[in-house]
Amino acid sequence: MTATPEQLTIAAKSLWLDKKEFQSFLNVLREGGYQIIGPRIEQGAIVYGPVDRVEDFPLGWTDEQAPGLYRLKKRDDDALFGYAVGPHSWKRFLFPPQLDMMRSKKVGAGWDMEPVPVETVKYAFLGVRACELSAIEVQDRVFLNSTFPDEYYQQRRRDSLIIAVNCTMAAATCFCTSMDSGPRCRTGYDLALTELIDGYVVEVGSVQGATLIERLALPTVAAVQEERAEVARRQAVEQIQRVLDREHVQSTLKQRLNHVHWDDVAARCLSCANCTMVCPTCFCSSVEDVTMLVDQEVVRQRRWDSCFNFDFSHVSGGPVRDQTRSRYRQWLTHKLTTWVDQFGTSGCVGCGRCITWCPVGIDLTKESVILCSEAGLDKPQDSPL
Amino acid sequence: MNSPSSSTNRACHPWVAQVAVVTEVRQEIESVATYRLRLRDAEIARQYRFQPGQFNMLYVPGCGESAISHSGPSENDGHDLWHTVRFVGRVTDSIAKLNVGDHLGVRGPFGTAWPLEACKQRDVVVMSGGLGLAPLRPMLYALMAKRSEFGRVVLLHGARTPETILYPEELSQWQAQGIEVELTVDRADGEWAGNVGVVPLLLDRLPDLRPAQTEVVTCGPEIMMHFSAISALKRGIPETSIWLSMERNMQCAAGLCGHCQWGPLFVCKDGPVFRYDRIRTLLKVRDL
Ligand SMILES: Cc1cc2nc3c(=O)[nH]c(=O)nc-3n(C[C@H](O)[C@H](O)[C@H](O)COP(=O)(O)OP(=O)(O)OC[C@H]3O[C@@H](n4cnc5c(N)ncnc54)[C@H](O)[C@@H]3O)c2cc1C
Ligand code: SF4
Ligand code: SF4
Repeated sequence: MTATPEQLTIAAKSLWLDKKEFQSFLNVLREGGYQIIGPRIEQGAIVYGPVDRVEDFPLGWTDEQAPGLYRLKKRDDDALFGYAVGPHSWKRFLFPPQLDMMRSKKVGAGWDMEPVPVETVKYAFLGVRACELSAIEVQDRVFLNSTFPDEYYQQRRRDSLIIAVNCTMAAATCFCTSMDSGPRCRTGYDLALTELIDGYVVEVGSVQGATLIERLALPTVAAVQEERAEVARRQAVEQIQRVLDREHVQSTLKQRLNHVHWDDVAARCLSCANCTMVCPTCFCSSVEDVTMLVDQEVVRQRRWDSCFNFDFSHVSGGPVRDQTRSRYRQWLTHKLTTWVDQFGTSGCVGCGRCITWCPVGIDLTKESVILCSEAGLDKPQDSPL
Repeated sequence: MNSPSSSTNRACHPWVAQVAVVTEVRQEIESVATYRLRLRDAEIARQYRFQPGQFNMLYVPGCGESAISHSGPSENDGHDLWHTVRFVGRVTDSIAKLNVGDHLGVRGPFGTAWPLEACKQRDVVVMSGGLGLAPLRPMLYALMAKRSEFGRVVLLHGARTPETILYPEELSQWQAQGIEVELTVDRADGEWAGNVGVVPLLLDRLPDLRPAQTEVVTCGPEIMMHFSAISALKRGIPETSIWLSMERNMQCAAGLCGHCQWGPLFVCKDGPVFRYDRIRTLLKVRDL
């Protein structure tokens, strides 16, 4: 989005939202007609769901993450956004796990078929991280930059407000710095917050954001607060240890389709599809018929699917990718290489979810280093992709 | 609000089928029938256009959807769409139960087309295996409709047995309209006096081939297309003159569901018809 001169002046002035005013901020969003979706604790994890009151937030909680490990831990302050990312991403609101696409009604001996109308909802996504802003941009390319734009996605995307939060800490699984997607929020938000112990530095990214925040008549941020916010944000950068050599992997992995290490990963991978379910960019789906009222009405329902599912590549002779090896290879080469051919951007934003939520702790940053190495190559490969 | 970059250049809902009425069912060979369909909405039927090589998603409510190629003349609009279907599973078996007057859903057309333009003034070798002749029939009709615009046209078709040769009574009509037809079967019976063996062998032996002036279009099992391409290359036909039609699982046919991915390609929208040089390396990778 190119900023208008008006937006540039808005963006130049950051504002100060006192911690005590946070509820008023939520109220302003609600009064603006938005359904607020933000972080909350459910089943031992920080997930995204409806939030209305400060108490709904994971007040004073953080997440500890490692390959195959996720744990909530108490912080020694009462931060609302003092965690990294959990198993949910915003895709579940823009591209829901289940969605009715078409309805067929029995009329006499025949059928009528019609689209299921898209209900309008205005979401305010509160707490969108930099890597998640990137993930949304990646999915925009899939669902909107298409000959057949997805209507549902389009409506939600158009009418939603994005309130980003700059990370002030990182998980051990984060590698956004390698993927050029964070931790600083740069574009794609209406408002961006940096959380400090006593309040928030608020940056304004759009006219919509400006119009809303105006109602709170917030003061301009003081230089010392700006400085504290910068220190807090730097902390996140410094904590990021994990790396992925993006350009090297992108060009090399395509030439490693017969690497022996695929068998090594396949021996550990359960083909459970967790990695694809938690990934904020994965977009695969299947469509199934759901029959209502004894055949009088049939709904075509789209559901998230995964390239790890056995039937995913089914053709008459059986699945094309009938082994875990070929399914993991499909997933990783798609994320890190062919995605670029298809959509002009990497399919990975470095959020680390697939590392954390893999039950056996398979870590794409580590696997891709081995897969890109010369060692383990049967013979020199030509470039098959 | 953020303004995501969107290019709504088609006001069409990719997931919603049009109701079509079965107007004729023609039994072809065992477990294969051709359905003639009329889109119920006359205006949509009038606007419907397709090109040889493209396909529709056929939908039977309660059973599901399958990608099925057009097998009829591309001059037809949505009042008379032909689809030749082999009954192999859940969806296609439910199509088998349809009779004249019954309804089904149609979404499409989707995908890339056979290279009719590239074939102008050139010789065309059409190579098909089994049901692979169905997606090539609109191409043959188009070649016959403007027969003088093309050079020599040869159909090399293979079937498992003589009884499973598709469209047998049309073959002689095609010959009458200037198409050379060569048939082969995997297993002959007592009556069969023709070729026995795989389709690529027919190309190996095709007399008077002018490789620099020939386009090869092929559809059938992947392995058959693979060897047809190799035979064509051996005969000196350039990679850029060989075209084949791929098959992968498809749920949406609009490049959104991910199922038909083949390396960097989506078979539904980058294909199903591909030029050989663009996919040569992909064909060689197992389980891709
Ligand atoms: C571009 C294209 C054109 C085709 N043209 C024709 C044609 O003209 N005539 C014809 O008879 N068949 C054609 N097919 C194959 C046809 O789509 C499958 O045979 C059919 O989907 C099988 O579905 P089923 O439910 O009967 O079988 P099942 O084996 O029960 O299939 C279950 C599901 O798997 C998927 N599936 C199974 N086999 C295939 C397959 N080969 N390709 C894609 N998805 C599959 C379908 O989504 C189906 O719903 C074409 C396929 C493609 C991709
Ligand atoms: S591939 Fe893994 S690290 Fe990359 S965006 Fe998806 S879940 Fe995050
Ligand atoms: S990599 Fe891990 S999360 Fe992904 S399918 Fe394999 S076991 Fe499951």
